[in-house]
Amino acid sequence: MSGHSTYQPKTGFERWLDARLPIVRLGYDSFVDYPTPRNLNYWWTFGGILSLCLASQLITGIILVMHYTPSAQGAFASVEHIMRDVNYGWLIRYMHANGASMFFIAVYIHMLRGLYYGSYKAPREVLWLLGCVIYLLMMATAFMGYVLPWGQMSFHGAVVITNLFGALPLVGESITTWLWGGFAVDNPTLNRFFSLHYLLPFMIAGVVILHIWALHVVGQNNPTGVDPKSKADTVPFTPYATVKDGFAMSVFLILFAFFVFYMPNALGHADNYIEANPLVTPSHIVPEWYFLPFYAILRAVPDKLMGVLAMFGAIACLFALPWLDTSKVRSMRYRPTAKIYFLFFVVVCCILGLCGAKLPDDPVIPHLTTFSVMGSDLNSFVWLSRFAALYYFAFFLVVLPVLGLVEKTLPVPDSIASPALSADAKKG
Amino acid sequence: MLRKLSVIAAVAGLLTVGASAPAFANGGALEPKDVHWSFEGPFGTFDQAQLQRGYKVYREVCSACHSMKLVAFRNLGDKGAPFYNPKYPNSNENPVVKAIAKDYQVADIDGETGDAIKRPATPADRFPSPFANEAAARAANGGALPPDMSLLAKAREGGPAHIYSIVVGYQAPPKGLKVGPGQNYNPYMAGDLSSYWSGDKEHVPPGGFIAMPQPLKAGQVTFDDGTKSTLEQEAKDVSAFLMWAAEPKLEERKQTGFAVLIYLILLSGLLYASYKTVWRNESH
Amino acid sequence: MADTAVGATTEPEHGSDPSRRDFIHIAAVAAAAGGAATLVWPFIDQMNPSADTRALASTEFDLTKVAEGQQVTIKWRGKPLFVRNRTKAEIAKAVKDDHADMKDPATDASRVKPGKAQWLIVGGNCTHLGCVPTFGGGEYGGWFCPCHGSVYDTSGRIRKGPAPKNLVVPDYAFLSDTKVKIG
Repeated sequence: MSGHSTYQPKTGFERWLDARLPIVRLGYDSFVDYPTPRNLNYWWTFGGILSLCLASQLITGIILVMHYTPSAQGAFASVEHIMRDVNYGWLIRYMHANGASMFFIAVYIHMLRGLYYGSYKAPREVLWLLGCVIYLLMMATAFMGYVLPWGQMSFHGAVVITNLFGALPLVGESITTWLWGGFAVDNPTLNRFFSLHYLLPFMIAGVVILHIWALHVVGQNNPTGVDPKSKADTVPFTPYATVKDGFAMSVFLILFAFFVFYMPNALGHADNYIEANPLVTPSHIVPEWYFLPFYAILRAVPDKLMGVLAMFGAIACLFALPWLDTSKVRSMRYRPTAKIYFLFFVVVCCILGLCGAKLPDDPVIPHLTTFSVMGSDLNSFVWLSRFAALYYFAFFLVVLPVLGLVEKTLPVPDSIASPALSADAKKG
Repeated sequence: MLRKLSVIAAVAGLLTVGASAPAFANGGALEPKDVHWSFEGPFGTFDQAQLQRGYKVYREVCSACHSMKLVAFRNLGDKGAPFYNPKYPNSNENPVVKAIAKDYQVADIDGETGDAIKRPATPADRFPSPFANEAAARAANGGALPPDMSLLAKAREGGPAHIYSIVVGYQAPPKGLKVGPGQNYNPYMAGDLSSYWSGDKEHVPPGGFIAMPQPLKAGQVTFDDGTKSTLEQEAKDVSAFLMWAAEPKLEERKQTGFAVLIYLILLSGLLYASYKTVWRNESH
Repeated sequence: MADTAVGATTEPEHGSDPSRRDFIHIAAVAAAAGGAATLVWPFIDQMNPSADTRALASTEFDLTKVAEGQQVTIKWRGKPLFVRNRTKAEIAKAVKDDHADMKDPATDASRVKPGKAQWLIVGGNCTHLGCVPTFGGGEYGGWFCPCHGSVYDTSGRIRKGPAPKNLVVPDYAFLSDTKVKIG
């Protein structure tokens, strides 16, 4: 969309259509002739992979709805009907359930790639914000989708998450009652979650279109963070990027297929194969793995309201990121200090995920008792999650704003092609 | 450079995950026993003879208290099932399945009088539950609800190995453990016994209480194929049967998966070759 | 400087056969298309009747419930099925018309089981557009479809109106004199 169109209608029909609805021109300019930085690495293939994930979830989801019964009485049995009686139902349901995890694996890599290479910096702020909106919508969709099988984890997960809103002062209780449509999570809750779970993916698809639009206005970032200056810096999207994306998708599908066919329940919880029972909570209630870091932040704060605020704050940091990072250099390839903080940030996110999966008071190092602070032993996951959460916020609120002003950066190349050239020169 | 960083990050991630595994405190259940199953691994299949023995254990012992309401009689004759016979691709016509179904009485409504009646089951019916409802089940079992067995092998951490371990794992409670009436000690049961333990607080016995008394003993079921019915054999066979009941499409899934993976690997190879060809003249 | 780098890309490549390179692209695209086409099958097949529906596709019916001259409508595969205990007069009327001019010629004997001419079992949906005909309407003593006026005789054969075919005779068998298995 940037620059003039090079589309040449060939046949009479194409000319006729182009004058009335230039949709072929749009596709050609966006996905064929679109200039792509020539130095994109494999981390850049996850955008394509994410489109594949969204398409797969939409198709399998629409199919599952053909057999699913959204009622507290029938939901659990209808999911098992899909698994046992519907032709290929087991395949479609396992694709959908594991597809959600694949979607999040891909989106986390996509986000960390953006973080590392500074893809949120001017002029790509809106692009980044739209991505954050997609991520939020994904979380809402995934949460509501997990409720639909109406197993024990579905039910009590819904209880815990909806009760988060009860932390809000004054209006909290009214909001939870409103969310439930009753005095507890029950049939009305299931039905509205089902409705929204069907709606939100189409909203995601809509925002994805905006995201791609914004991308094509400002152009793709690249590992050097240097804007393309001449034709030498870019290659046409097709075939160069399409074939690379295609290869990466295929490799990603191997991982996907491995989960679907060989360990389809590894990322789920055994308790969700027990039908929902409001009278008994599973002994160890944890969200799906992709929510664990936020769950750990929630539990790290002793106060209910503050915990909820911290959790939402952790997501809000992502939205504010374009204005928090003060560095003039886009890519962390040329920011050696920032790179170390970034690496540590990735590790901290993994640690938070681990803390989210553990009981807060369990010791991190087995059989070691240190001293108790604020009612918990220092050698406990709740304290580990507190330190990790502190780093999480410090990374966004202190490291990125301050480091940009004080760090010493490496020289940035003049153009994308020049480091490639020097590499060639060395080889020659 | 990012490559190096990502390797480090991946290693760190693995370490944190690895560190989590052995981190379980005292108390808690024992890890399930390590059992070898024929259905393990990418090419695993159910052992039909074992499933038939397991079905007999379920029929003669478990089904007295445990329902299996998601499984239909016809399922017993499906591909990969205990009584699959290639001569009867339509499991509704499988004579063994028909005979099994006929032995059960299921509730129905008389089409003419509207009375509630019992009639012999057909292959299309699901296994009837031993109790009319949850309250009846609890009343007959000292307040405890015997869980439905259709998904039991997927609804427990450890799956069939957990079921096997529970069944063979009953032992006399250690001295100092207060066992309430209607409770039994089992070291493989999830739970926390510290409040029932009067011994050393540092060495709370593993496991928990289970309402079900030891359900199986050696020789309880006579296997038709002459297999010696030790407790271990019975427990293993019924666990395998329950795995089939919970995941009847396991064989189909693994076999499809193998073909899909072969295809994807070949496709990736082709796409990689295509990618290399497209980019061969471009420095990048 | 950059231009020279690009210049390299237009140089003819030595030692590689362009047709072999094209083949790789074609093979990759064909393999991807083949895989996608295969994946479509489960997505289509899932809309076919599921195993529990197929299992219920046959039903048994006790004929003692139907008195002579009466008809019982039962639901089979979600659709009505007429089980009619025909009177001697109805049978005679049907047999008499065996060689009359019909859209879908069939003898009455071919629509019942041998020796069981009193039992007529036919699908209860008009072969025109699926409405359920009522018995005793029309000038042939059989069924009349209220939707578009198709008229069937006492053997369920189409005699007048837009329907193209006779009422369908399902697969069924007598298990005993008083019991049939349909499907």
